[in-house]
Amino acid sequence: MDRSIRRLGAFLLLCFCALFVQLNYIQVLKAEKLNVRTGNNRPIDQSFSKPRGTMVTADGVLLAESVPSDDRFQYQREYPEGELYGALTGFFNYSRGATGLERSYNQELSGKTAKQQVREIGDLFVDTDRTGNLKLSVRSDIQKVAKQALGDFRGSVVALDPRTGEVLAMYSNPSYDPNLLADHDVTDSENAYKLLSAADGNPLLPKAYREIYPPGSTFKAVTGSTGVEVGGVTPTSPDYPVVRSITVPGTTRPLRNFGGSECGGTLFTILAKSCNTSFAQMGLDLGGDKMVAGAQGFGFNSVPPFDLPAVASRFKTDFTRNEPALAQSSIGQNETAATPLQMALVAAGIANDGVIMEPHVVSEIRDGEGDLVKAFDPTEWKKATSPQTADIMRQGMRGVVTEGSASRIAVEGLDIGAKTGTAQFGPSEPLRSHAWIIAWAALPNQPASIAVAVIVENQDGASESTGGRLAAPIAKQVIEQSFQPMPAPPADPGTTTTSGAGN
Amino acid sequence: MSAVAQARRRAAPSALGKSRRRAELGLLILAIAITGGAYTLASLGQTSSVPANIGPFFLAITGLFFAAHLAIRRLAPEADGLLFPLIALLNGIGYVFIARLDPKLADNQATWTFVGIAAFVLTLAFVRRIRDLQRYRYTFLAMGLVLLVLPLAPGVGVTINGARIWVALGPISFQPGEFAKIAFALFFASYLVEKRELLSMATWPKFRPVLPDLKHLGPVLLAWGIAILVMTAQKDLGSSLLLFFLFIAMLWVATGKVAYPVAGAGLFAVASYGAWTKFSHVQARVDAWLNPWIYPKAGFQVVQGWYAMAWGGIAGTGIGLGRPEKVPYVASDFIFVAVAEELGLLGGTAILMAYLLFIGAGLRTAVQAEHSFSKLLAAGLTALLGFQAFVILAGVTRLLPLTGVVLPFVAYGGSALVANYVLLALLIRISDDSARSRPGANGAVS
Repeated sequence: MDRSIRRLGAFLLLCFCALFVQLNYIQVLKAEKLNVRTGNNRPIDQSFSKPRGTMVTADGVLLAESVPSDDRFQYQREYPEGELYGALTGFFNYSRGATGLERSYNQELSGKTAKQQVREIGDLFVDTDRTGNLKLSVRSDIQKVAKQALGDFRGSVVALDPRTGEVLAMYSNPSYDPNLLADHDVTDSENAYKLLSAADGNPLLPKAYREIYPPGSTFKAVTGSTGVEVGGVTPTSPDYPVVRSITVPGTTRPLRNFGGSECGGTLFTILAKSCNTSFAQMGLDLGGDKMVAGAQGFGFNSVPPFDLPAVASRFKTDFTRNEPALAQSSIGQNETAATPLQMALVAAGIANDGVIMEPHVVSEIRDGEGDLVKAFDPTEWKKATSPQTADIMRQGMRGVVTEGSASRIAVEGLDIGAKTGTAQFGPSEPLRSHAWIIAWAALPNQPASIAVAVIVENQDGASESTGGRLAAPIAKQVIEQSFQPMPAPPADPGTTTTSGAGN
Repeated sequence: MSAVAQARRRAAPSALGKSRRRAELGLLILAIAITGGAYTLASLGQTSSVPANIGPFFLAITGLFFAAHLAIRRLAPEADGLLFPLIALLNGIGYVFIARLDPKLADNQATWTFVGIAAFVLTLAFVRRIRDLQRYRYTFLAMGLVLLVLPLAPGVGVTINGARIWVALGPISFQPGEFAKIAFALFFASYLVEKRELLSMATWPKFRPVLPDLKHLGPVLLAWGIAILVMTAQKDLGSSLLLFFLFIAMLWVATGKVAYPVAGAGLFAVASYGAWTKFSHVQARVDAWLNPWIYPKAGFQVVQGWYAMAWGGIAGTGIGLGRPEKVPYVASDFIFVAVAEELGLLGGTAILMAYLLFIGAGLRTAVQAEHSFSKLLAAGLTALLGFQAFVILAGVTRLLPLTGVVLPFVAYGGSALVANYVLLALLIRISDDSARSRPGANGAVS
């Protein structure tokens, strides 16, 4: 009997060993994977029960913070600037997760990066705050002007520093107030979410970097650059014929200039007048392969290495036996489509001697103790053109301001180049279009310090003057503001968790 | 006879008994300290304040456990000193987690703990010699069957969560099946002891004997068959599995024939396959076991349990700092998951170790027991408790399909708690018996 009792003991021991192994498998080996599985809302619960870092603009305006709350979670996320920065901050919602910077910097904001965790181990016995605080490159004054200038128009404004890729302002109208979605009352925030998702103009969509539109004539900056870079186009030749329209091989419908006007000449002239016929011809002369390479050199067809989830802009990649599409694409129509961010990058590339820097909105992350978590060094993204080509294109874009369609953007004492655009979309009756402008601006004899793209969506008709009339004044105000000194940080940030924690 | 009993009662405990009681007291104080500490931590974790009733709480658990300890000192002074403190620890930790998960259930559980300890003391007081029980074998068989069938009786039987294993008497509802298991263990032990010689001899078929004469096995098989049938009717998979295991384990221990567990495993495989093809609720369990991720409804509980355990990691979140309430039935079936989340792999392993130590102590009691009946009963009761812990733990960790049995002493559930305290009392009684009858022990000499 005793022998089988011992064997019974051995059997039960084996059973419990199996349990121990399984427990190790779940709690150690697989734990990381299980913790991030969809459907597991423990991480969300946890992040709602812990403070998250703050977000501030370059000039110290508070955009997001966690304040203690006494409901079912310990912290409430608040966005003091509300809808002005909705497309940047994103929201932090219990059932919908996080968007915007809340999403892309979740690890840093919640103190989960390896660096922050290691530091946390270091101060095991002291009460320290290792959540990461984001400092944005966005300037609150420029952001405000961008919103004001856009006014009631639907559209987006993107302004960035061509030398570094730092975003100075980024706003889309309509926007939304992330506070509504951060409400801990799940029913309230879910209702707000549903309301906003169904709302006209899709306020939840950060259109500045996630929506693509036909860029229209602003794309001629890309076609022109490509022509100068690889197509033998110079300021003096070729001299495109002054015509009302051209008939592209393979079509019967002529490709016209705006308003049926006569248009043509050398590079600077056709840029200033925005001749469809000449740029279509330039695209045809270059051929599909060179046009594709040129557009992709400016970043089309790739997702920009942005710290927000930007989408790729599109340029058709195969024009084999499709000359009508090539002609249309060369003037920013057909399947060509770009985010406002991408078009700002086109202006930035030309302004920065052909080099496009990686765009980003966060310039630096420090933890609650002031220790650096991450800083962003300017990094090259694309080499769009040679410095010589860029110089010629800048010359051409200056002409658009001094004697072309973008005269309304001119600012006394500033060196400004621009390209306007009117992008037709949808059915031909009734005619609707987006008004565009891309521009860069510099102090005389200095490298440009700002590149801007403005789109005003969905306007009546399709006249080339729309871009200059509607978009240019908006860009102008943004440019002017950027040359004002940066506002001083608000007097007392006061409530940050660092103060008073020490002694 | 009564004079002998009196002498036995008055006899001073032996040196062994004294040291065992001292060890028991020390371990008990440790268990109380751990329980009280955990209770305080749970409150600190949830509300950042020391619980208001920490004083009464300490008094209550100290009072309860000390009462049991004093009862052992008086009624079973020679018994193993490890058995009770281990159970006190499991019961205490279980209570802390129930209180942390659902204060309302905690009040019930406290009451049931009190009833359980009372049942423990009463069992020790009434059962003065374990062998006295041997002769009531058919009473136990009848008791077991009646208890088992009771929930099926109209009027008193209640179906809760799909299983008809409850009996409601006025405001109190309990699961008689928990007590039936003990009655069956007693019946098996006393019957098998008598027939073990016959059962270990192969006589059938005559030309090449491989099996014992089936008529010797008849009553046991019959009892077991009825039990399994009834439990199937009640959709109580877990209890059928336990009873099956108990039966096979006791046959094995009684006869020493490995053929029994091997044949049992074979039979079990066939029965499982049958159940799986025939019963939809079994299929659902198996589906949820094999692939819980693609059966979101059936697998929900298991998946949530995994999330909870994974979240705990090695060291756990700390008591009161996890979110075990996301797991359905976390206070009863899935209580281990809450422990593993908040105390981590370390705490979960501690629970496993506590059961293993208990199994060790129980089987040691069996080995040391003088008489075959005591031996068999001790082995059976220990196997029952140990295997029950294994079945539910394997269910929540997805080692086996989930079957709803109670994690002994830890999970919420009054009937199981009381029944298991009776089981513990029987084990302690056996341990006391064997220490007494050993030569050199005071009680035996005088």
